[in-house]
Amino acid sequence: MNFIDNLGLTIFGTSEIAIAIVILLKIIAITLPLLISVAYLTYAERRVIGLIQLRKGPNVVGPFGLFQPFADALKLMSKETILPTGANKFLFLLAPMITFVLALIAWAVIPFDENNVLSDINVGILYLFAVSSLAVYGIIIAGWASNSRYAFLGALRSAAQMVSYEVSIGLIIISVLLCVGSLNLTDIVMAQKDIWFAIPLLPMFIMFFISTLAETNRAPFDLPEGESELVAGYFVEYSSMSFALFFLGEYANMILMSAITVTLFLGGWLPPFDIFPLNEIPNFLWFVIKVCFILFIFLWVRATTPRYRYDQLMRLGWKIFLPFSLLWVVLTSGFLVLFDLLPQNM
Amino acid sequence: MWTFTLSILKKFLLLEIFKGLILTLKYFFKKKVTINYPYEKGPISSRFRGEHALRRYPNGEERCIACKLCEAICPAQAIKIEAEARSDGSRRTTRYDIDMTKCIYCGFCAEACPVDAIVEGPNFEFATETREELFYDKEKLLSNGDRWEEQINAAQKLDAPYR
Repeated sequence: MNFIDNLGLTIFGTSEIAIAIVILLKIIAITLPLLISVAYLTYAERRVIGLIQLRKGPNVVGPFGLFQPFADALKLMSKETILPTGANKFLFLLAPMITFVLALIAWAVIPFDENNVLSDINVGILYLFAVSSLAVYGIIIAGWASNSRYAFLGALRSAAQMVSYEVSIGLIIISVLLCVGSLNLTDIVMAQKDIWFAIPLLPMFIMFFISTLAETNRAPFDLPEGESELVAGYFVEYSSMSFALFFLGEYANMILMSAITVTLFLGGWLPPFDIFPLNEIPNFLWFVIKVCFILFIFLWVRATTPRYRYDQLMRLGWKIFLPFSLLWVVLTSGFLVLFDLLPQNM
Repeated sequence: MWTFTLSILKKFLLLEIFKGLILTLKYFFKKKVTINYPYEKGPISSRFRGEHALRRYPNGEERCIACKLCEAICPAQAIKIEAEARSDGSRRTTRYDIDMTKCIYCGFCAEACPVDAIVEGPNFEFATETREELFYDKEKLLSNGDRWEEQINAAQKLDAPYR
């Protein structure tokens, strides 16, 4: 980021156009690696689940099958885009774009390192929360515009599920914010300099992770897709690139949610201990390592658990997570007030 | 009361989930059982019923005598035979077609054949890009026979004691 800043300064100067170009370059510098990592996440998923099921997974295209994502992408691009006759064409094509774009724009506020963030706004976490809530629109529009029962059912399930779990995610974030005293993501990470929030707020960390599973429609909460009952849920009718956009959006969302988890609970770019061999590794790399770890858990959980029943999902969301996270907010604030630990940097 | 508390505690600590996760992690590191198919192949039985072949005698004379028993027994009616007397007076087929898209690979044709002319060989990799290529004629079947004779012969010898 700073490198691009300096580069822009030397080449383009400080005019308004130059600033716009520099921002554009920064966006590309974030999006391009992100898209490649999305492609490799699909590969990693097939590999990890294969290995857990005593298979090998894709290993033929290129060394260790590493070119598989590109082969898949080429295949998808060469397919025909089918527009169902009964579908609302405009909305039908708009929905995957919404999903995809929303999965990308959230990255604007994720800090990769100290001072290494596209837009260091002081309501970062609220922005993230808003963007992840908007993600449900892409799905609902897709389900509605497809004019298909499977797609519609999938969209309804997804909407209900995402709304339910967002409530508890909100409360969990509140208990983190109580310990930080700021909505800025960089401040949130800096507040974890002494101890990562995953340790004092361990139950919240686990609940947050489970909620992100539900939020990204991953197993065991993949009811909106439910291959065996709804064939593919809200994107049954999609094919070719419109399908690819949904697919990319879903996996980009997974990476995004892992990044948020890392920022909120695992100390963002900070090394686990500030001692010699660990703090020599670049901060950015620590961030990547942690995100990869969370993503591995995503895949690991998918290979382990069966799908929840819909009423069980709702019961977990509303009757267990919601009261528990609410209780924890009260406990955290009580504890902070009692021992006079409230953050004072206001 | 105690068991109730214990079960609640178990649920809240996600014990069962963690047990499952540890189990799958063990499997993650276990030896894989996959055979790398196009490079490695699994063993097949000597009685394997694959692609059809028309065999010849060692002197090069074709075995088939156009008795049409295979055509009669074929449950899918995939075989079509026409016969005529050859110039030397022996009865031979002028046409021997198998529609491989109809064939169900039951092996009755091979069972019915009195001279072991039509057999199902060990080859199972004969996928084609067009449907027409799967309508086998006599020429194709005979060339199959020449190509797979060694394996077919070996398989028949292995199976001979049970016939």
